[in-house]
Amino acid sequence: MDFLTWFVVVPSLTVIGIVFTKNMNQTRLVAALGMSIQLILAISLVFMYLAQRRAGNTAEMLFMHTHSWFSSFNITYSIGVDGISVAMIMLTAVIVFTGIFASWMVDFLSREFFISLILLSTGVFGFFISIDLFTMFLFYEVAVIPMYLLIGIWGSGPKEYSAMKLTLMLMGGSALLLVGLLGIYFNSNAGGGDLTFNILDISKVKIPIEAQRFFFPMTFIGFGILGALFPFHTWSPDGHASAPTAVSMLHAGVLMKLGGYGAFRVAMFLMPDAAHEMAWIFLLLTGFSVVYGAFGAIFQKDLKYINAYSSVSHCGLVLFAILMMNKTALNGAVIQMVSHGLMTALFFALIGMIYGRTHTRMINEMGGLMKVIPFLGVCYVIAGLASLGLPGLSGFVAEMTIFVGAFQHADNFHRILTIAAASSIVITAVYILRVVGILLLGPVKNEHFLTFTDAKWYEKVSTGFLIATIAGIGLAPLWLSDMINDSLNPVIIQLSQVILP
Amino acid sequence: MNLDSFLLMRHEIILTIVTLIILIAELADWNKNRVITLTLVLFFITTITGFLPVQEGSLFGDMYRTGPLISLMKNILNIGVMILFLQTAGWLKKPEYFGKVSEFYMLILSTLIGMNFMISSGHFIMFYIGLELATIPIASLAAYDRHKNISAEAGIKLILSSALSSGILLYGLSMIYGTVGSLYFMDVAAAGLNTPLQVMAFIFFFAGMAFKISLVPFHLWTADVYEGAPVNVASYLSVISKGAAAFIFTIILYTVFFSIAEIWKELVYVIAVVTMTVGNLFAIRQKNLKRFLAFSSIAQAGFILLGIIDGTELGMSTIIYFVLIYIFSNLGAFGVISAISVMTDKEYMDDYNGLYKTNPKLSLVMMLSLFSLAGIPPVAGFFGKFFLFTAAANQGYYWLVFIAVLNATISLYYYLLVVKAMFINKNDNPISYFRSDFTTRAALLLCVAGIFFIGFLSPVYEFIRSLSIGM
Repeated sequence: MDFLTWFVVVPSLTVIGIVFTKNMNQTRLVAALGMSIQLILAISLVFMYLAQRRAGNTAEMLFMHTHSWFSSFNITYSIGVDGISVAMIMLTAVIVFTGIFASWMVDFLSREFFISLILLSTGVFGFFISIDLFTMFLFYEVAVIPMYLLIGIWGSGPKEYSAMKLTLMLMGGSALLLVGLLGIYFNSNAGGGDLTFNILDISKVKIPIEAQRFFFPMTFIGFGILGALFPFHTWSPDGHASAPTAVSMLHAGVLMKLGGYGAFRVAMFLMPDAAHEMAWIFLLLTGFSVVYGAFGAIFQKDLKYINAYSSVSHCGLVLFAILMMNKTALNGAVIQMVSHGLMTALFFALIGMIYGRTHTRMINEMGGLMKVIPFLGVCYVIAGLASLGLPGLSGFVAEMTIFVGAFQHADNFHRILTIAAASSIVITAVYILRVVGILLLGPVKNEHFLTFTDAKWYEKVSTGFLIATIAGIGLAPLWLSDMINDSLNPVIIQLSQVILP
Repeated sequence: MNLDSFLLMRHEIILTIVTLIILIAELADWNKNRVITLTLVLFFITTITGFLPVQEGSLFGDMYRTGPLISLMKNILNIGVMILFLQTAGWLKKPEYFGKVSEFYMLILSTLIGMNFMISSGHFIMFYIGLELATIPIASLAAYDRHKNISAEAGIKLILSSALSSGILLYGLSMIYGTVGSLYFMDVAAAGLNTPLQVMAFIFFFAGMAFKISLVPFHLWTADVYEGAPVNVASYLSVISKGAAAFIFTIILYTVFFSIAEIWKELVYVIAVVTMTVGNLFAIRQKNLKRFLAFSSIAQAGFILLGIIDGTELGMSTIIYFVLIYIFSNLGAFGVISAISVMTDKEYMDDYNGLYKTNPKLSLVMMLSLFSLAGIPPVAGFFGKFFLFTAAANQGYYWLVFIAVLNATISLYYYLLVVKAMFINKNDNPISYFRSDFTTRAALLLCVAGIFFIGFLSPVYEFIRSLSIGM
């Protein structure tokens, strides 16, 4: 079997393995084992990818493999990765791995929990390796539906409402997406060839501009809903707040990136003309969601809501950067996806751990936690600093690149928007520091807090690993941005053909 | 009648023989358990022999036609009935039905013969006879629980409304005969219908068929009949009967009425939108699972129209493929409802609260079936729906596809309500654990296997595609 297929096979085998486990201990051991293998696979993929590039392999996609599936529709099982997908796969592997440890103590229906969680990650991995629109869409939906059960069964608060809202909004998004994909498919013979779902083949075809105008917004919004594009972001705060820890991690960390990745790889790459024409509409929307998300976070009292709104802001920045359509900004967008994925996963993991001790997520009911659980407290501060873009951590690299790229546009429209979006950093600092102050510093508010124990080993694995990767990107960003940079060329060429006719 | 013509008609002839054998067994006063086993074995053989290769050919001066495509459709129906028979074995053994076992089988089989003739017809009279044979016995089946008022009511409702729709259909046929002078499909097709009277004839025909497939606004009988009829009869109505009608409807639209395709495409467009939307919106409010699946099956019929509107072999192949998947998915859902209703007589959604705790396997089968109905990957329903949408998009009906996918999202909402009841809702007094009998489990296993594999196995679709025809 080719190398990339293992990324789908390993989680599937893990799921099957979990079905046969007898108790919670076995279940989580199998899950941890499977996801460790997955992590090792991902790390070796990064090294193999870099080795191939160093050896001078300049193909658009590496490790390609195509297997005919529904031949009368020309649907194939086509896989391949470029630097961007490698980065996303690595991110997913890290977050699923740490997510397993963050949910080490799930004891209610633990078998079903881990099955759904890993099934979800199977969809995500499949999505990132696909270069066929049909399989991509299939994996996309596989990733969305276990969410319902994960939030509905293991969630907290108004979980049934949130689960239903999230599922229906995301499925509504995939309704738009499906029409968009079919539109692309039926226009993929514009150059005289066969109809195809293959992204690389379609990118060589110039889809008629009328079709692009109709299908670009559908595809972009379809993916944008998953990327929390304003005004379709409302599922995100409710969903995140109700979801159990690992699901929030995976959802904010990875699933929302599916939106950004898809908007970039499908909508922009295949329909550059319409993208260029309509970018301003979506720039306004995303610019708004960047600022709005940050302001939203200030007024929240629930830790998870704060983070969910901050995710709206940060993911808005991803789409914002993509729409700037130049190399620097796109590079920043991908780094931001990775960076935000890691950072928000760390946040949600920590919130889950704090909630597991205090049984409340309301910040005004907590205080002085630094004194009782110093390890988790320090981790929280690090996550916060990464979120507000402190140099040395990944957030700084990402946001800096994005704003530098965005500012390269010389016209007032783009510059004003960039300045507005950049102001979100300041607002981020407000809500992060406010939370840190109330939550961690000051006197211990409740006698009961004094009985808390600091992080257990599995919690340290989870948080330590995430912090190491965040600092790794922050201190040595070049290997990541170089890896991404080469892979951006095809997209840049597509876009430049439009700008300079 | 020589051997060749026997081979051409073997579906119908074998079914008739099986029906007669059951009648003889009944007359000979066999033990009912033996009748059940006998029927299962005989029908299994029937299903297998259906798969023997068949030649293109016609009988009775083109009144009856067959070929690989038609034979495939009959086989799909046979598979569905086979699963249904497996599901019903446990139910028929209940004391109140035990005396009427052979009646059930004979009535089902005669409707199946009717459907086979209907699909094979090459003449409108043949078609009409098949249609009636496929409908009237179902009315008596709907009233199978005759000691229950609601069941008797269902039977009467079905027979009256179906008589009315047959009348409308016949009226349309009479206009066709009046203008063309023949009722052979070939002659009508060759005449190239286009006068207003012929268009009106077509609309009457369409209304009659819409009743059988339960398209809005001809769907009003559906929910009441499904609710009143025994679960297994409702599942037969929603799966086999609807599938057969969809098959012949597609064939006739493609081969007879292709000259007014522009007209029927508009009609199908509007009816598709209305059917999906009304079916879905009404399904949301249902508490009784049989009514719930009745409206869900109305909505599914709306999706089938998306394949019809395409008009090429792509459209026909997606319809057949979708119906095949739909049979497995819907029989899976009905199978669970039937198993639970046999054991506990419970048919309401609230009764299913907390089912996963006590009956995890049944809940999983139910969930998979519902996901397949909703079109969620990786189960087969996703592939069925996706291809139907592709068929509609092929003709540029992107808005129709969009409405359909939105409807699929709405349908996901109510399917998830059932999933929620089983997996999330708490219940102090859930349906207690029970083990269903062997045949039910075999049937559900078949359904699950179908739901899992038909989607991934592209040769199934490619085979159907290779046989399909277009306008």
